[in-house]
Amino acid sequence: MSLAVEAPARPLLTGQRLAILALLALAFLGVPAFASPWTIEAILLPFLALSLAGLGLNLLTGYAGQVSLGSAAFMAVGAYAAFNIQLRLGLPLPLTFLFASTTAAAVGVIFGLPSLRLKGFYLAVSTLAAQFFLQWLFNKFGWFSNYSASGVISAPVLGFAGITFDSRESRYLLALTTVTLITIFVHRLVNGPARINLIAVRDNETAAKVIGVPVLRTKLAAFALSSAIIGIAGVLWSFTYLRTIEPEGFNLDRSFQILFIAIIGGLATLRGAFLGAGLIVVFPLLLSRGSAWIFDGGLDAGSVQLTQRIVLGATIVTFLILEPNGLSSILDRVTARVRSLMGRT
Amino acid sequence: MSFFRRLAPALLAATILTGAIAPAHADEQFFPLQSYRVGPYAAGGTGFFGGFIDYLTLINDRDGGVNGVRLTWAEGETEYEVEKGVEVYQRLKSTPGIAAWNPLSVGIAYAMIDGVTEDKVPLLTVNHGRTDTTDGRVFPYVFPLLLNPWSESSGIVNYIAAKEGGLEALKGKKIVVLYHGSPYGKETIPIYELLAEKYGFQLIQIEVPHPGSEQQAQWLQIRRERPDYVVLRGWGVMNPVALTTAQRNGFPADRIIGNVWSNSEEDVLPAGEAAIGYTAITTQASGQDYPVLKEVIAGVYDKGQGNLSDKARIGSVYHNLGIVNGILNVEAIRIAQARFGNRTLTGDEVRWGFEHLRLSPERVKELGAEGLFHSINVTWDNHEGEGYVTFQQWDGKKWNVVSDWIAPDWALLRPIIEASSEAYAKEKGLTIRTEADVDTVIGPN
Amino acid sequence: MDWYEFLFVIEVAVGGLLSGVMYSLVAIGFVLIYKTSGVLNFAQGAMVLFAALTFVSLVERGVPFALALVITLLIMGLLGLAIERTVLRPLANRSPMTLFMATLGLAWVIEGGAQLIWGTQVHALDLGISNAPFEIGGIFISNFDLVAAALALALVVVLTSFFRFTRTGLSFRAVADDTFAAIAIGLKLNRIQAAVWTAAGVVALVAGLLWGARLGVQFSLSLVVLKALPVLVLGGFDSVPGAIVAGLIIGASEKLAEVYLGPYVGGGIEGWFAYVVALAVLLIRPQGLFGRKITERF
Repeated sequence: MSLAVEAPARPLLTGQRLAILALLALAFLGVPAFASPWTIEAILLPFLALSLAGLGLNLLTGYAGQVSLGSAAFMAVGAYAAFNIQLRLGLPLPLTFLFASTTAAAVGVIFGLPSLRLKGFYLAVSTLAAQFFLQWLFNKFGWFSNYSASGVISAPVLGFAGITFDSRESRYLLALTTVTLITIFVHRLVNGPARINLIAVRDNETAAKVIGVPVLRTKLAAFALSSAIIGIAGVLWSFTYLRTIEPEGFNLDRSFQILFIAIIGGLATLRGAFLGAGLIVVFPLLLSRGSAWIFDGGLDAGSVQLTQRIVLGATIVTFLILEPNGLSSILDRVTARVRSLMGRT
Repeated sequence: MSFFRRLAPALLAATILTGAIAPAHADEQFFPLQSYRVGPYAAGGTGFFGGFIDYLTLINDRDGGVNGVRLTWAEGETEYEVEKGVEVYQRLKSTPGIAAWNPLSVGIAYAMIDGVTEDKVPLLTVNHGRTDTTDGRVFPYVFPLLLNPWSESSGIVNYIAAKEGGLEALKGKKIVVLYHGSPYGKETIPIYELLAEKYGFQLIQIEVPHPGSEQQAQWLQIRRERPDYVVLRGWGVMNPVALTTAQRNGFPADRIIGNVWSNSEEDVLPAGEAAIGYTAITTQASGQDYPVLKEVIAGVYDKGQGNLSDKARIGSVYHNLGIVNGILNVEAIRIAQARFGNRTLTGDEVRWGFEHLRLSPERVKELGAEGLFHSINVTWDNHEGEGYVTFQQWDGKKWNVVSDWIAPDWALLRPIIEASSEAYAKEKGLTIRTEADVDTVIGPN
Repeated sequence: MDWYEFLFVIEVAVGGLLSGVMYSLVAIGFVLIYKTSGVLNFAQGAMVLFAALTFVSLVERGVPFALALVITLLIMGLLGLAIERTVLRPLANRSPMTLFMATLGLAWVIEGGAQLIWGTQVHALDLGISNAPFEIGGIFISNFDLVAAALALALVVVLTSFFRFTRTGLSFRAVADDTFAAIAIGLKLNRIQAAVWTAAGVVALVAGLLWGARLGVQFSLSLVVLKALPVLVLGGFDSVPGAIVAGLIIGASEKLAEVYLGPYVGGGIEGWFAYVVALAVLLIRPQGLFGRKITERF
């Protein structure tokens, strides 16, 4: 897989840094004050959870070159682990997050073991074992869902240090804070010494071995870290967004969705995950609202939905054809253009 | 922050005024519909929401609404996916005059329980749903009308008993329950165990992994066990495959009894001749021979306003379920209007209506639905409402009713339901309602 | 183990083999594409749905069986050509992952299109082949099983001899062996690719008809790919005989596991057990039973 490697840790331009700070200020202060309930509940909360999942998968696929089709299953591991930790141990929230992600990491390492032998689609398809096995497991054994009669759990309200994350705004801020902190962590990681190991494994395993990169350990570490982050994404998805946990919600389609986010956003970039999630979460909603407005009563709801599916599929194909390096490279070009325009004036 | 909160409604009002969206209309009652017309369960969605919309159309056109209050609705596609259902809920929940939510999906219903309780708007899961929401003491706004999954199991066992000549005859019989490998499929496992213990039949429960397109292993196991009956607790494609695989393994279709998600035309048609003789439970008979169906045909379809694109599906199982669901919603509004006045009701007032939804067989007949469904008797603490079930057999072309109306064993199930709902109340820190709370109703403003 | 129990083991194994044949039918479609384009074509399931839905809708509109078959074949051929032209060709020389994602997007387009054209109704598909069982030595077999097995066998024979003995087939293999060398000696890559996509469309029709007769023709038909994926991994993505052998192995072992191991863990294990079988073999042979050794990076 030959991908343009993001230029390593160049000093952040003040403009870029300012833009990020402004974005964060908007997200932390502006959104809770101004955004409508629908915007938060239907757009921002799933966007945050899926961005984080995309970020986790990007670490594995974009940086370390290992493909996984089982991301949704690791989200499920995180969600069920958090539920049981809260239920059975009653640990404080940060520890719940920590243990849920550790559990997901451990499971990720187990299902990452085949990567030591397998490559390419053989590895990709074998990660489906995680998808089907874990879904079966959570469904089969009542212990995971605390013997809930129907197997679907209402997620308990999270709370920490006297704050309960029950209201819409507080759930949003919890998700946003988590995503921000993890993104900073990943940013440091992929711009630190680990970067070389990851990319060496991705680009040429034999060469990596020759220059002394611990290939096996790097692969497993990538699986562990990626699954841990995806596990947290699962916690956010279940506890801050849907507020229920059911195995069916973490199905193969969700795994594909996360893969789309990582690839369309741009592999081996951090902002790619956010851009990709934006496209995958927001675009269908815009389409459905747009088509409801255009076809208003003219076509039945079913045909409208099918048309949307076609448009979405075609958009993805078009993106892949026109923009091999994902949305993030479009963003790069746009900022470069803006900068040159500003430089000229 | 609070300044902006106060500002927001003002801005909204301003947009509405300047946009002049609707002229000041007479009273309306709104139904947000989380429908699914594409995806794996499209057949169920188009039938059910088609029937529901057809009945609402009939009420508007024939009666000018319910006592002059017109019924309106808007659809949002969910494809049966929880997060899409939630999005539609979030999008439509601030529409004024919402009567009730009818998602026809357990997953979506689950995700809405907290929300509707906060909004004080009823959530209906006719024929299915979370069993312990039957307990109105804990779930004031959720109504698994007519039949919950546990009553369904009891109804099926009672039917087998009736076929065999009484509950005593179940002793020593062998029944296999073939269930879908999902939370839905597993929900009745403990209930069948309870019933097996009580009536002394031998029980084997076998899981079919999702989606159920391959069942050779399961049916070989069944053949080895030689059961007297197989109860099919299927979903989607699992149903026709069960029937064709049963045929392939020489198990007679008339010994297979389907549950409510295995009882539609779409479940048997793909199986062709393998489905002939197959029997399934239902709360509402299929066919067009009921006055209300004739009115829907004459008053809606003949005027070109019908919702189904294929007229052959009028009177199909899901279409009739939609119509029955329409009747239940409309009558609950009517009952609530009798107390609160003929105007747009609040969600909480409609909740009061559902909690007094008593339709005797005589009233059902007045509504033109005699034989279509039996009766309902919802109370403040029993949100299921003692629905009766009947059984229909497939003859290769249509379903024919082959049993009387059968009552599930509600008394047997009630204590387990209460145990479950009380555990939920404890987990969530909810106070259990008493009868006095029923009449505390939030009116307009 | 008494005689009856022994017979039952055999019966489970035979049932599994016959199910395995059905998996192979779907898997072969994947193999054809992978052999020349190097892509795991996830749209194969959507093509199966599209083929069966087109056929059954034509028959329901009164088109005679044989004519409907011919028309559907033509449509599938055109669809294959169109995919090659509009999606695969512009994506030539991209990473396999990009191609895979493109076929996922393509799957949405085909699924949506199929249902938009023909509706979301569930259809029965009667091929006139009886599914009623008869007994051979105490084991139940149906005509349908035999027809499915015969068709799968025929497909393998036809495809294998096509690759081995015809000029197009040979150039096809040349492309698979070394794309650049094949172009260098003047092979028309585009024409070969187009032929392969057409062939994959035909295989999708055969699989769609047989699966459609079991399941009914409906949306869920596109999910049969999930049963074909472990078969592909086990047999090797690029081997037609591998798809058959792996199908048989997966079919028999997952059924035996379901019946004999399932009860210990509550059943329903065949969904993932197939992957366990495939993985176990892969740990010894990372390229699958019959696959070519992987040299490319991913």
